[in-house]
Amino acid sequence: MRLLKLVPDDTNIKFLKWRVPFYVVSLLLMAASWALVFTQGLNYGVDFAGGQEIRATFTKQAEAPIPQLRDTVAGLDNVGDPVIQRFGAANEVSIRVKLPPEAEGDPAYADAMTRTITTALQAEYADIRIDGVDSVSGKVSGEFREMAIYALLAAMLAIALYIWVRFEWQFGVGALFALVHDVSLTLGMFALFQMEFSLQIIAAILAIIGYSLNDTIVVYDRIRENLKKYRKMQLPELLDLSVNETLARTVMTSLTLLVALVPLLLFGPASLFGLTAAITLGIFVGTYSSIYMAAPILIWLGVDSHSFVPEESVAERQEKVARGEM
Amino acid sequence: MLEFPRWKKIWLWAITLLAILAALPSLLSMTSVRWPDALPDPMINLGLDLAGGSHILLEANPSQVADQRLENMEESVRSVMRQASPRIRIGDVSTSGNQLSFMVDSAADVDRARELLLPLVNGTGLTREWDLRVVDETRFSLSPTASGIENAVTQAMDSATEVVRKRIDSLGTREPTIIRQGDTRIVVQVPGLQDPEQLKSLLGQTAKLEFKLVDQNALPADVEQGIAPPGSQIFPYAAGTPFEGSSVAVRRLGGIKGDQLTNAQQSFDPQTNEPNVTIQFDQQGGAKFAKLTSENVNKPFAIILDGKVLSAPNINEPIRGGSASISGSFTVDTANQLAISLRSGALPVDLTVVEERTVGPDLGADSIRKGLLAMGIGSLLVIALMIFTYGRFGIYATAALVLNVMMLLGIMAVLNTTLTLPGIAGFVLTIGAAVDANVLINERIREERKRGRRVVAAVENGYKEASRAIYDANVTNFIAGVLLFIFGSGPIRGFAVVLIIGLFTSVFTAVTLTRMWVASWLRKARPQELHV
Repeated sequence: MRLLKLVPDDTNIKFLKWRVPFYVVSLLLMAASWALVFTQGLNYGVDFAGGQEIRATFTKQAEAPIPQLRDTVAGLDNVGDPVIQRFGAANEVSIRVKLPPEAEGDPAYADAMTRTITTALQAEYADIRIDGVDSVSGKVSGEFREMAIYALLAAMLAIALYIWVRFEWQFGVGALFALVHDVSLTLGMFALFQMEFSLQIIAAILAIIGYSLNDTIVVYDRIRENLKKYRKMQLPELLDLSVNETLARTVMTSLTLLVALVPLLLFGPASLFGLTAAITLGIFVGTYSSIYMAAPILIWLGVDSHSFVPEESVAERQEKVARGEM
Repeated sequence: MLEFPRWKKIWLWAITLLAILAALPSLLSMTSVRWPDALPDPMINLGLDLAGGSHILLEANPSQVADQRLENMEESVRSVMRQASPRIRIGDVSTSGNQLSFMVDSAADVDRARELLLPLVNGTGLTREWDLRVVDETRFSLSPTASGIENAVTQAMDSATEVVRKRIDSLGTREPTIIRQGDTRIVVQVPGLQDPEQLKSLLGQTAKLEFKLVDQNALPADVEQGIAPPGSQIFPYAAGTPFEGSSVAVRRLGGIKGDQLTNAQQSFDPQTNEPNVTIQFDQQGGAKFAKLTSENVNKPFAIILDGKVLSAPNINEPIRGGSASISGSFTVDTANQLAISLRSGALPVDLTVVEERTVGPDLGADSIRKGLLAMGIGSLLVIALMIFTYGRFGIYATAALVLNVMMLLGIMAVLNTTLTLPGIAGFVLTIGAAVDANVLINERIREERKRGRRVVAAVENGYKEASRAIYDANVTNFIAGVLLFIFGSGPIRGFAVVLIIGLFTSVFTAVTLTRMWVASWLRKARPQELHV
């Protein structure tokens, strides 16, 4: 049997030649993402915005009658302005309402609101199935927002520190930069498409932070190895060599993750769509950033073969620890 | 690297089989095959988002505990001063600003009063509960210490948790989970509960029942404006009662609380046939109630529930039997609910629902089915990709992947963790990432062969050189997973748990087990060429 080779043996793409234009584009994309986050805003779900969310399925219709649904809900008393979105499959919807400011922190009001809506829906649509109700008070959603920011910052810093300890400070900065890039672009996508931003998306971003670095580590590991091997080689050339040598790995590991995730995106439960979409996107962005963000920055941060002379012993020792555990 | 003595092989297989065995009860529970009762059956719990049910987060307001404590202190101070012999006369007690202060009429009594107060302020624990100061010679001032308030809140929350448990049990729901969270919160999870309305109204009722004497000297005009005479308080009538909208002034002190009960039942008023609640005091409570009613015949007293007056009947005769019935325009349901609440005891503090999530059972079953389908397709694609790319080494990776999923299930069952909806995504992610290690190893072996190393050396070097990156990648994933676990709540934790356990099982299966298999194959077949 002839085996598949996704990347031909003697691939030699001059990735680094285009580093400046790519960097400019990426920085612009990052800036655009943050601009979108601040102007468009993220479409916060009840986890972060507070309020009630009702999820429902139309069991006998292929597509939920969203405009009609909007009229039904908006016509009710004391309900305010509902946000109604398709949620996963075409016949599934989520209806979000917020408490009016004067009723903030009044669970009885929130209950009454939910009840009014579900009763009206069940009266209007015979085939509707109420799948779930989430109700989050302003206080708790505020805590969730705080927690999400802490978790993201802590994860990025902890991982960057680890890379610094294992490699060199330039690599730590590079990894941190690649992570900021990945997180920014993911947030930008959520702002652009106004997909619901919930706790699950934070979980997805944390997973991305972990997984997008896998490729970066493979490239960095090879750069370190080559720095020791080819002491005289120019850095851009050496980075190109390292990226090309590990390209098959980078492509393959991203591909295995993608083929596992895409079925979940297509056939999985509706409530996992946002999380899966975020991780899938993160895999693309992460793969790109490990080649175009994490590697070139080493040139500007001034890495050379001397960077590893004092670090060798530490790396070797840790490697032994790693092997000893396996 | 490729040396595997027999004892090591046995050991590795034993670990693998044990973990897989632990997964069997959970897997069989999805089929009709029964796991023998005699054997231990570790099970993976399904989270509420998969099993359906209600999650309710309740929060208490700690300042209410402090207020209550101040009120109790005032009662205690008055009673010790009154019972002292000779009696110590004191002026008005002020309880403003979270502080209690009063003056002793005669400076000669100051030392005696201080002696009497000391046991009250020191409390039972090691820490002092109140700061006691004497200012201007005769004025006592008591302010609660931080640790005193903390103790009080902890105690209140402990007993609130107990009351919540009793009330939920009274509904007969199966296997509720009730856990204290943080300083002032209680998480309630009831699997299978579809309509949490009843539960919430039951938990929302503090059920603090009080009997207080009506202040008949209060001017009705003042009462309606909310101005209470000194020593009195104003309470509004409860919604649904005949006098809804108006208020009653009652004497602040000297009433009794309805917490010393042996029973409470929904019943019917024999005259009007309206639903009411009959309560039965315990001996001590009955004696107090008899004393209150016999000392105040022909005066009205108010029955107050959670700060709202239910009724203010006249005391026609002393009530000595220790039982009383409370009417308050109830329906059978509300009367029944009040009876349950009173039986389980009053909540020492009001609880508010700050977060609630309810999932229908159909959705959960649907999610599991769709999740399993997606996981199946994803696994097949990953397996196909690995076998077409790496041939024999891909088959090893596939075997490792299957064992990985089984071990992950087994360990989750042994640790009695909860599988949530995001946990399913965690499984899929683990499947996609577990073969990463095999990719790194196999690609390195290809590279080593290309550089002209012989088969055994190439394999050996492949495992050795790839292990560095595998180790680092797993550590970074571990860091992200742990932070996810620390900061995440409920379903998100389920995701973190799968990812973290998955890291360990995937390193074990994808690196250690495949190395063992490759080593045996190399030894047996002694290949001259590698198709990788």
